[in-house]
Amino acid sequence: MHYFLTEEQQMIVDICRQIVEERIKPQRAEMDENCIFPAEIIKEIGKSDLFRLFVPEQYGGMGTGIFEVCLATEELSRGDLSVATTYAASGLGFIPIILLGSEEQKKKYLPQLASGEKLAAFGLTEPGAGSDVGAIRTKAVKDGDFYILNGTKQWITNGGEADIYTVFTMTDPSKGARGASAFIVEKGTKGFDFGKKENKLGIRASATRELIFTDCRVPKENLIAGEGMGFIAAMRTFDQSRPAVGAQAVGVAQAALEEAINYSKVRKQFGASIASLQAIQHLLADMATQIEAARALVYHAAKVIDSGEKNVSRLSAMSKLFASDVAMKVTTDAVQIFGGYGFMKEYPVEKMMRDAKITQIYEGANQVLRNIIALDLIKRGVL
Amino acid sequence: MIDIKIIVCIKQVPGTTEIKINPETNTLVREGIETVINPFDAYAIEEGVRLKEKLAPLLGQTGEEIETIALTMGPPQSAEVLKEAIALGIDKAVLLSDRAFAGADTWATALTLAEAIKKFDDWKLIILGKQTLDGDTGQVGPELAQKLNIPFIGYASSILDINKNRMTIKRLMEDRYETFEIRLPAAISVGKDINIPRVPSLRGKLKAKNEAIPVWDKNYLNLKSSQIGLEGSYTQVIKIFMPEHHYEVKMLEGNPDQQVDELYGKLKELNII
Repeated sequence: MHYFLTEEQQMIVDICRQIVEERIKPQRAEMDENCIFPAEIIKEIGKSDLFRLFVPEQYGGMGTGIFEVCLATEELSRGDLSVATTYAASGLGFIPIILLGSEEQKKKYLPQLASGEKLAAFGLTEPGAGSDVGAIRTKAVKDGDFYILNGTKQWITNGGEADIYTVFTMTDPSKGARGASAFIVEKGTKGFDFGKKENKLGIRASATRELIFTDCRVPKENLIAGEGMGFIAAMRTFDQSRPAVGAQAVGVAQAALEEAINYSKVRKQFGASIASLQAIQHLLADMATQIEAARALVYHAAKVIDSGEKNVSRLSAMSKLFASDVAMKVTTDAVQIFGGYGFMKEYPVEKMMRDAKITQIYEGANQVLRNIIALDLIKRGVL
Repeated sequence: MIDIKIIVCIKQVPGTTEIKINPETNTLVREGIETVINPFDAYAIEEGVRLKEKLAPLLGQTGEEIETIALTMGPPQSAEVLKEAIALGIDKAVLLSDRAFAGADTWATALTLAEAIKKFDDWKLIILGKQTLDGDTGQVGPELAQKLNIPFIGYASSILDINKNRMTIKRLMEDRYETFEIRLPAAISVGKDINIPRVPSLRGKLKAKNEAIPVWDKNYLNLKSSQIGLEGSYTQVIKIFMPEHHYEVKMLEGNPDQQVDELYGKLKELNII
């Protein structure tokens, strides 16, 4: 299939494919089984300049668009969604700095994140606040040149592994979502600790952990874009990042389709390969068609964002919503094609099915995304 | 001014395990076969890049600089593997290419490489893959060192220490480890136990794409036709052929006990057990 990539875009794809074949595939089953964080693979991704993509050139990046980030994320997801999630979550952590950070914050943090020397994380979710950002309870109270943070974040991807955290807090609870503020908090800051490591259904090799703030003093220079800008920072970040979640979904679905095609050609039943059975052929055809549709929507959303269009929430949400539902369906059908073998851990498709589920949940549960799409339709009309 | 140069010698080889030979010309069939960096040379490139990454900050304290250079002898399309080396972090590359170089054996190849290396100043270390996938002789490294009159350590498995004047190297032999301290300049050959080669970087690939690779010919190297290529070679390939395999398959009959008896008898008859 031809996607009209430029030479540089094709290079990104080729680099990721090499990482997938040489580094990720040989290790992914063990990493999944034993929840091993892919530290060495992430270092390799850093050395290959993949964290530099979306970071502006003056801060050590390569200044590409979201489309290039989606290409890299899709390919890495073909290998392993844990690795792709770790990669993408660092991006999620530093996008608020790129979008709304001060010049000093950009100069201080972006070069080391672009090189992959350090990882970032995005700390928004709490036990009582995920989809409902206004329900955040982690507090930040100003005290001279510092803010004092207290509270607990939950299910934070790259928690414990990342060095730099974008943390969403309440500076004025009376204003609800409009009273939220985002801070950059460095690992090692006094009063910033890590809690429980989660044992998950899928993306088991990625780190998911609690962040605990106990009278944690953060310099006021680390406030992103001023008090009350937290909700806007989160929403603008998601507008940029959601197509990459769609790309994760497309990647894992593509991997499952490739496995299903290969298996259907070698698995013999009734004296012939199951690929000769129309029931299997139609499943494969539907899987491939849905993946192409999802990929087209993800690429389109990314390109619209890269064009500088301002109102991208709807399209961005659509790309993540559609692609993640496709990934769940396609990976489930891949397990079905494998039959009993698909249910066993000796084959990779059961892991892909477990991994795919998270794409329907994180960075906006698909039900919340439907709300965003519907509200935007009602507010701005169809076009 | 570059104070230290590390030279990595690499070769383009057919990227397949299914080597085919043209029975009429006795040469390798190269048409339609993808070419790659000789697999052992990938470890040589990686080691060169790692040494630079390790030494550059130390040398930088005294304002000194280090550079890695990839060198290959081959037809014009060999520039591709040099570009790959640049994508992997090598600083610059030189292609030795001349119709007169064709047909060179290890002796003529080593001589050509040696003359090219003499063109550089301040080279301290030459790194080669321990052998090529196609020629498979492992001789170019030692011959090159001989022609340059420098120490050579083959099959290095780790560089324990290195400074501007000396290096300590460990290598694994069949039954023992050996550790050497040698003075620089020197040449070493490496195998797959020395490192894990990296994946190319995007900036490296972009640099490689725009890199003009200089080509040095026999005139530039002041070499005579009698010294190089087929004419300068002491050995010549007269014939290459695939060994013919004769297999005989015999299916054993009878019940399992009879089959085991027959198999045992046959193995004994062949002096296998």
